[in-house]
Amino acid sequence: MSSTETLVKDLVSKYGKSRNSLMPVLQGIVQEERYLSEEAMIFIAKELDLSAADVYGTASFYTFLDTVPRGKNIIRVCKTISCHMTGKDLIIETLEDILKVKVGQTTHDKNFTLLTANCLGWCHKGPVMLINDEVYPELTPSRTTEIVEEYMKNATH
Amino acid sequence: METKVIKKVDTIFDVVECNYIQVLEKTLAKTADEIILDIIDSGLKGRGGAGFPTGLKWKFTKNEENAVKYVICNADEGEPGTFKDREILDRVPEKVFTGMAICGYAIGAKEGYIYLRGEYNFLKQDLQMKIDLFNSQLADRDFDFKVFLRSGSGAYICGEESALFDSMEGLRGEPRNKPPYPTVAGYNLKPTAINNVETLVYVTMICRMGPESFKALGTKDSRGSKVFSVSGDTPTPGIYELELGMPLNQFVDEFGDGDTKAVQVGGASGHCVPRKKYNDTIIGFEGIPTGGSMMIFNSTRSMYNVLHDYLEFFTEESCGQCTPCRVGCQQLLKGIEAVKKGDKKPSYLEDLKKLAATMKIASKCGLGQSVSNPFNSIVDNFREEIIY
Ligand SMILES: Cc1cc2nc3c(=O)[nH]c(=O)nc-3n(C[C@H](O)[C@H](O)[C@H](O)COP(=O)(O)O)c2cc1C
Ligand code: SF4
Repeated sequence: MSSTETLVKDLVSKYGKSRNSLMPVLQGIVQEERYLSEEAMIFIAKELDLSAADVYGTASFYTFLDTVPRGKNIIRVCKTISCHMTGKDLIIETLEDILKVKVGQTTHDKNFTLLTANCLGWCHKGPVMLINDEVYPELTPSRTTEIVEEYMKNATH
Repeated sequence: METKVIKKVDTIFDVVECNYIQVLEKTLAKTADEIILDIIDSGLKGRGGAGFPTGLKWKFTKNEENAVKYVICNADEGEPGTFKDREILDRVPEKVFTGMAICGYAIGAKEGYIYLRGEYNFLKQDLQMKIDLFNSQLADRDFDFKVFLRSGSGAYICGEESALFDSMEGLRGEPRNKPPYPTVAGYNLKPTAINNVETLVYVTMICRMGPESFKALGTKDSRGSKVFSVSGDTPTPGIYELELGMPLNQFVDEFGDGDTKAVQVGGASGHCVPRKKYNDTIIGFEGIPTGGSMMIFNSTRSMYNVLHDYLEFFTEESCGQCTPCRVGCQQLLKGIEAVKKGDKKPSYLEDLKKLAATMKIASKCGLGQSVSNPFNSIVDNFREEIIY
């Protein structure tokens, strides 16, 4: 069995073999593999007794359930009004500079994907970004650089 | 009209005062009908935006004959400018669980689900631990109710109640036709009482202090206090619990930076109030209701940019299921861009307002229906800024 197939089986046995488990199962795959491969969606369909198209239909609706390959770390910078007002543009420029990618792209080493997101719920402490599930409020360009460099260090060790 | 002087209160985040197990034991000694009457009597209205009376919602759900019913706590909090539910779940989650358990007892449900937006995944581990403890405390008291945690995955529309049920059922988060309402056919098509995070905390407070002390605050149409999320051009951004029914000018005096030109009340889907209307605008269900989002703009801000941001937000977050909303959001966005560039005459704004009016009537859910709120209030009050 491939590691993806094992993961799907584990998630289905944890959440139960019903359609109501589809979201937690999809979320569990994304947590581990950062995106939903075709292979993963086909396994899920088989395990939950759904059509693969049905699984893809649900997955493709949700911003956080990516169906294209993503980097090991996904950065999402809030772009909604309050963060716009506190300088998200500068943060995005800073990130584009360090990572040498544009918004929407993944670095060559597959370590980072840079994305924007709608309101992350930190309007009083903008600009803010999520890296995977971690939240980083009150960003400045230098603070942003520090945080990302920390992730880069961890990646090479 | 009855208005209030701005007043900060502290019931929601007060942890010393509230022994939730005591509240629970005291409340479960009452009958379901007594509890529902208390909630109705308190005048509590939903804090998620729509403002439906909570006690009535529970009564309708209780009256449905069904062996399986559900309580759902809506923690999808996606309205731009709102961040109070995160803070509540972070600081006083037990008050939320207690509200859910009381609701379960009152309507006859044995399961309660918290639907937490994916953007708040960092809360999950801690929350799950506290849920496990709470569930065991209920089990120790032989009370048959259990709280579960579910997550969203970055879709604003899943805060809409029927889209939320779809999402929990493994479907695309596309709002359903109403009726049937959730009280009749909600999650798994069973009778469901869905409440906002903050609403559930007020339930716990009302059960602890009695409806009278809740009613002592606020106005006839807007009882009690409410948690506000204050952001934008303010020296003191943050979360504040305030008495309902205050006039906006007092809010601006308290939170503005001395140069406040407009306040967006109720988030992207709410209303923009310009300076000249502060004195006549009441924050509450009789004036402008809000899920808590208060965004303050000073005179350095372009209201064109603000509207542009909101329309981009709606264009991206529309579920795309119905045409008036899917196409309407895109066309409003393109339309103001064209007017700004001079490709369309200023009078084109009137055509766009007609489109917004059509969306209000013809859209299937609250998202498409409310786009006209920011659109009209910004275009009407800041027309020059949109054109030039
Ligand atoms: C587009 C849209 C988004 C919504 N998002 C939320 C939300 O994030 N949180 C929330 O509590 N209610 C939200 N609502 C309102 C819910 O549909 C529902 O009315 C609410 O959860 C009921 O709880 P309450 O009566 O305690 O306010 C949204 C409604 C619409 C139309
Ligand atoms: S109004 Fe918009 S969000 Fe609501 S159902 Fe229609 S397309 Fe979807």
